[in-house]
Amino acid sequence: MEIKVNGTLHIVDDSRQDDELLNWLREDLNLTGTKNGCHVGICGACVVLIDNKPMRACRRLLKHADGKEVTTIEGLKGQNGALHPLQQAFVDHGSVQCGYCIPGMIMTGHALLLQNHHPSREDIRKAIANNLCRCTGYVQIVDAIEAAGSAYDENA
Amino acid sequence: MAETKTKAWRNDAIAKVTGRAKYADDYKFYGMLHVVPVYTDAVSAEIRAIHTEEAEKMPGIVRIVTAKDVPGNPHYGQIQKDYRILADDRIRMNGDVIALVIGETRAQALEAAKYVRADLSPLPAIFDPEEAAKEGAFLIHPDKGTNIINHHKVRTGDAEEAFKHCDIILDEFFATQHQEHAYIEPESSVADPGDDGVIRIYGSMQHPFVARRFSACVLGEPLSNIDVLTIPVGGGFGGKDDTAAIVAARAALCARLTDRPCKLTYDREWSMKESYKRHPYKIYYKMGLTKDGKIQACHVTVYADGGAYCSVTPWVTFRSTAQCCGPYVVPNVHCDIYGVHTNNVFTGAFRGFGSPQINYVVEQMVEKAAEALGMDEIEFRRLNCVKQGSTTVTLQKLDNHTVSLEQVLSTTIEKIGYYEKRKNNTYGKLNENGEYYGIGLAMSYRGMSLGAEGPDFCAAIINAQFDGSIIIETGIHENGQGSESAMIITAAEYLGVNRDRIRYHRSSTSTIPDSGTTVASRGTIMGTSAVVLAATKLKAQMSQCLAPALECNPEEIVFANDCLTAPNGKSLTWDQAVLKMFFLREHPFAQDTFRVRDGIDCSWDEETGHGKAYFTWVYGCQAAEIAINPKTGKIRLINAAATHDVGKAVNPPFVIGQINGGMAQGFGYGTMEDLGIKDGKIANLNLGKYKIPKANELPDFIVTLVENYDPMSKSGAKGIGEPALELMAPAVANAIAHATGKRYQKLPMIIPPEK
Repeated sequence: MEIKVNGTLHIVDDSRQDDELLNWLREDLNLTGTKNGCHVGICGACVVLIDNKPMRACRRLLKHADGKEVTTIEGLKGQNGALHPLQQAFVDHGSVQCGYCIPGMIMTGHALLLQNHHPSREDIRKAIANNLCRCTGYVQIVDAIEAAGSAYDENA
Repeated sequence: MAETKTKAWRNDAIAKVTGRAKYADDYKFYGMLHVVPVYTDAVSAEIRAIHTEEAEKMPGIVRIVTAKDVPGNPHYGQIQKDYRILADDRIRMNGDVIALVIGETRAQALEAAKYVRADLSPLPAIFDPEEAAKEGAFLIHPDKGTNIINHHKVRTGDAEEAFKHCDIILDEFFATQHQEHAYIEPESSVADPGDDGVIRIYGSMQHPFVARRFSACVLGEPLSNIDVLTIPVGGGFGGKDDTAAIVAARAALCARLTDRPCKLTYDREWSMKESYKRHPYKIYYKMGLTKDGKIQACHVTVYADGGAYCSVTPWVTFRSTAQCCGPYVVPNVHCDIYGVHTNNVFTGAFRGFGSPQINYVVEQMVEKAAEALGMDEIEFRRLNCVKQGSTTVTLQKLDNHTVSLEQVLSTTIEKIGYYEKRKNNTYGKLNENGEYYGIGLAMSYRGMSLGAEGPDFCAAIINAQFDGSIIIETGIHENGQGSESAMIITAAEYLGVNRDRIRYHRSSTSTIPDSGTTVASRGTIMGTSAVVLAATKLKAQMSQCLAPALECNPEEIVFANDCLTAPNGKSLTWDQAVLKMFFLREHPFAQDTFRVRDGIDCSWDEETGHGKAYFTWVYGCQAAEIAINPKTGKIRLINAAATHDVGKAVNPPFVIGQINGGMAQGFGYGTMEDLGIKDGKIANLNLGKYKIPKANELPDFIVTLVENYDPMSKSGAKGIGEPALELMAPAVANAIAHATGKRYQKLPMIIPPEK
């Protein structure tokens, strides 16, 4: 299998087709930014992008990523070493408390903004409805995703 | 909201948005083993034997640990030492662990765990705390001779006599449910046995000191042999006090027995099966009123389900006792609150800590009382609530800080437009949208920190380096709330330096004096107070040393804008000042401790329930607007507002963040969260069935901060974590009553669909 992760191509033995993507990212590639919160595809802490679509890495197997491009939180970068504008917006809006849901939340928000640069607050709330956060009540997370939209215009 | 327009800052935000922040399960050590707990299907049973032989032969299994392998004392607890690190004599709840399987890989340990078997003889079981409190009930812990963990009382005035002279008496029953903390990160700890004999623990917890105490107890070793380090925690909400200590102690036990690093990471089902919850309460509440609208007497009886182990039940129920009449002046009070063992999952600390249950009841009782008297519900509250100089039901005079209850009430009413909107309350008649609509509010006061519950003191260290940079640390733990940033901001303010100079040293239990647990909304008030004391001490030391150079008296030196300045105009930059200190052979280093003085600031009489329960108080009010679809019964939260007096908002975006999060948790508690526990077994063991509020189920919140500087706090700041949670369920309950015309006196409030 050929799986590209954050721009790096990994050749993976076919015997591992049915291995879980989340475990592979965390244990084999040491990409521990992707979190395990429930392991049943509910909480969204493990959301990564597969060909720019948000997917739950705990519910995906390696064969589902074969020939595709996986983007994790570690792969999200701004220009010239700066934070990605969406990451910066999470910092600036005080969206982060314990931080455990944040990688999945940012990846889901990123996928939304790639599709729709200027979603309404309701659109944002719908998009992150399956990313659970227990700290923030979501308000400042919605603020950050809303504010970051214009950066996607510039990059488009 | 104006407050969030300025850019937020916290010291760990960048690591957390880039995925660099390392939580416990993200740690790996060379040669690390993986530990898996083994449960039984039982709820109450005698353990005759545990068979591990078969599992031991499985591939990759290094060792299987049972209670008999524990080198120290297998029993521990913060109050009563009844918790078993591994079940020895009995299964007392479904989440009891009988063995730990240690494998080279997690997969191998998981596989072998299936082959550990226990011979069990079933025992009777009891699940209702009121039944369990009765004489002759089946005993969960026979050695205690009773299932009653504690009995707190308030005996103020003469309630029985007062009821005889009341015009109206309300007598009601309420029940509340278990609530799961549902931190998104399940428990995890890694223990690494060092070459110096010290086991270092990297774990997800909010009370590293109890993790150290528990580990030392189980190992039979001194506290100095265990070092618990601070790493990011994926949410706690009170839930990573006891349970996290258990997980840490088990990892430490396995590390000591194998001499290898051991990781114990819980999956969600284990976490929900085993970890303690919020106490379910059965509450009998009688309130007596006179026609003039005054509350004359309250008779309160509560059975709190403590579950199989004591944990902090006596402390949780202490708060319910001290606050048993909510923020109202009641001259005659007879209150009995029992913490009781059952075979349910044990219960312990959870954000709110005994107040959400009481507020849910009291804030509905006052509305029932107003209704019975034909009074406006807000006017009734104003007439009866505590004011500056009022005396609480435990005979504490509220005169050492600003009593701002009416201020937060008025602000919330104004911000949400309560008086205008309540005209639209439907009281059981569908409105033009085909929905029921209601607006409701609730208010509270809350004693800050631990109060008379126990010794309350906190250390801070400030250590300036010769290049002008500064390292600080405190005994408060970063649980995600932003405590480290609050300490940095406070230190910068009091030292008169730019905060960029300051790094927060992630304390370990070996570097900072034991300052207790980071619960009880005590982080900001205790931690920033300690920082202010240490900063004051450091400035005094530096002033003493540098006064000759500045040619002035030490007390005349002003610390501001990264400079030390004398009245004569002479000054040293901060960099010059600290360097000069080093040349003078003086370390610019200060440690100090903020103490709540026993008997002076806080006091308590167990027999009468009289005393200064808490050294200062906070005041809050929240309102909720809801609509109910009659066909589904679904409660839609349209809008919600909160006003809280926090003394001083040290880092406003995160004070607001605490309030937003607390309101969401309180809404979940009120309307959806339910373990589905039956005969001691939890049905809803993952976040699919155990519902917590989602982003599309909540509105934006209207948050207002009130800042009445509190002289009891050295920084003026108080706390916000728990006040933020404790009001949403009663506010929604009142909104439901105004929408449907019916009172829902059981949590969670589920509205049956209409046929």
